[in-house]
Amino acid sequence: MNTPHSALDLLSLTPPGWGGVLLAGALATVLISAGAYLVGMMIGFFGALGKLSGIPPLRSLLNAYTTIVRAVPELILIVALYYAGTDGLNRLLALAGVGPVEVNGLVAAVAVLGFVQGAYMTEVLRGAILAIPVGQLEAAKAFGMRPTLRFRRIVLPGLIPNALPGFANLWMSVIKDSALIAVVGYQELALAARVAASNTKEYMVFFLAAAALYLVITIVSNMLFSALEVSFRRGQKPAS
Amino acid sequence: MDFSWIFSYRDLLIQGAFLTCLLLAISVTCGFVLAVFLAIAQVGRNPGARWLSKGYCTFFRGTPLLIQLWLLYYGLGTYLPYVPGLRTSFLWPLLREGLFFAALALTLNFAAYQGEILRGAMLAVPRGELEAARAVGMSQAKILRRIWLPRAIRIGLPTFAGEVVLQLKATPIVFSVTVMDLYGAAYKIRQDTLLVYEPLLLVTLFYVGLTFFITQAFQKLENAVPTRR
Repeated sequence: MNTPHSALDLLSLTPPGWGGVLLAGALATVLISAGAYLVGMMIGFFGALGKLSGIPPLRSLLNAYTTIVRAVPELILIVALYYAGTDGLNRLLALAGVGPVEVNGLVAAVAVLGFVQGAYMTEVLRGAILAIPVGQLEAAKAFGMRPTLRFRRIVLPGLIPNALPGFANLWMSVIKDSALIAVVGYQELALAARVAASNTKEYMVFFLAAAALYLVITIVSNMLFSALEVSFRRGQKPAS
Repeated sequence: MDFSWIFSYRDLLIQGAFLTCLLLAISVTCGFVLAVFLAIAQVGRNPGARWLSKGYCTFFRGTPLLIQLWLLYYGLGTYLPYVPGLRTSFLWPLLREGLFFAALALTLNFAAYQGEILRGAMLAVPRGELEAARAVGMSQAKILRRIWLPRAIRIGLPTFAGEVVLQLKATPIVFSVTVMDLYGAAYKIRQDTLLVYEPLLLVTLFYVGLTFFITQAFQKLENAVPTRR
C-alpha cells in the first residue's frame, strides 16, 4: 500500500485520523434511527387503532398505506419521499407566499424513515393488540371501565410484551435502513465511512470500522431488547 | 406526468429489469445453498463450525447491506489487483465489474438471513422423525439428506417467500456500485431528463408486480407440497 499510516493512526479521534468523523456519523445514525423509530411508533399507534376501529374509509386508506410502503423497495421510497417531501413543502410555502427553504437533512431523514417505519409499526401493533385475550377486555368492560381507561390499564400493558419482538426487529431494520440515507447525501455512519475512505484510499479500514460500529449498535440494542422483554414478561407463564 | 421518454430508454429499462431479475436469481439460489451449510453448522456438534456460522450470521445481519457492498466493492476490490496472476486470468474482466461484487454481497447477505430461518426450521423438525430414521439404521448423512433437510425446508417454506421479497427490495442498492439495474436505469433517466417521479413510478410498478408474482409462485409451491393438517 502506498500510504505509510497504520490503521490506528487513521482511526484516531483527532483530525489527521478519521475516528471522530466516524463516531459523529455513528451518533447521527443513532439519532436518525431513534427519531424515525419514535415517529414510526406514533404513526403505527394511530394506524393500528384506525385499522381496528372498523371505520371503512379510514381502514382502506390505512390498508393502502401499509401495503404500498411494504411492497416498494426502501431505497425508492426514501429517494421519492425525500424529493417529494422537500418539493411539496416548498410548493406549500410558495402558496403561502414564503420563499423556498432548505430542509434540514436530519429532519428530512427522520421524517422519511419514520413514514416507512410507521407502516411496519402499524402491522406489529395491530397484531399485538389482537393477541390480547378477549376475556381480559370483556372483564374490563364488565367492571364498567370506559374505553380510555380500558386502553390505558388493560390494552397498553397487555400489548407491550406481544409487540416487543416486533419492535426489536424494527429497531434493527431502521438502523440498517438509515444507511440508505447516505444515498440522498446526509452524512451518517455509512457516508462518513465513505468520505473517510475515499479521502485516504483506505477503503478496507474504514468500511470495516463502520461495520464494527454498526455491529456494536445492533448487538447492544439486541441485549437491551432481550432484557426489556424479560422484564415485561415477568409474571407471565413462560412460553413452552 | 410525462412518459414520452419511455421509448427512447426502452433498451436501458429492459436491460435493467433483466439485471435486477438476474441478481435476484443468483443471490437467492447461491445464498440458499450457502444457508444450508450455515444452518447445518449451527445445529451440528462441531463447536468451531457452530461458532463460525454464528459469527457470520451476526455480522451479516447486524450491518447494513450498503456497508457490506461497499466493503466488498471498494475494500476487497482494491486488493484484488495485488493478487498475483489474477490480473491475467480469464476471471479478471468479471472481477472488475460492479455486478460481480453486487451479486456477491447480495448472496452473502441473503445466506445469513436464510441460514437463521433454516436453523429454526431444522430445530422444528419433530424429534421422533429423526429418531425413527436413526432406528431404521440411516447414517447421519442420509438422515440429513432424506429427512432432516427436506422436512426443514417444508417447514420454512412460508417464510422463504417473505425473504425472497425482502431480497428483491434490497437489490436497488447495487446502483451505488455502478450496476445498471432497474433502479440504476431510473436514476440515469432522472439525470438525463430531470424527471424525478415518473421513472421512479415506472420501476416501482415493476417491483410491485414482481413481488406479486413471487408471492403467487410461492403460494403455488406451498399448495403443491402435501401437508397433513
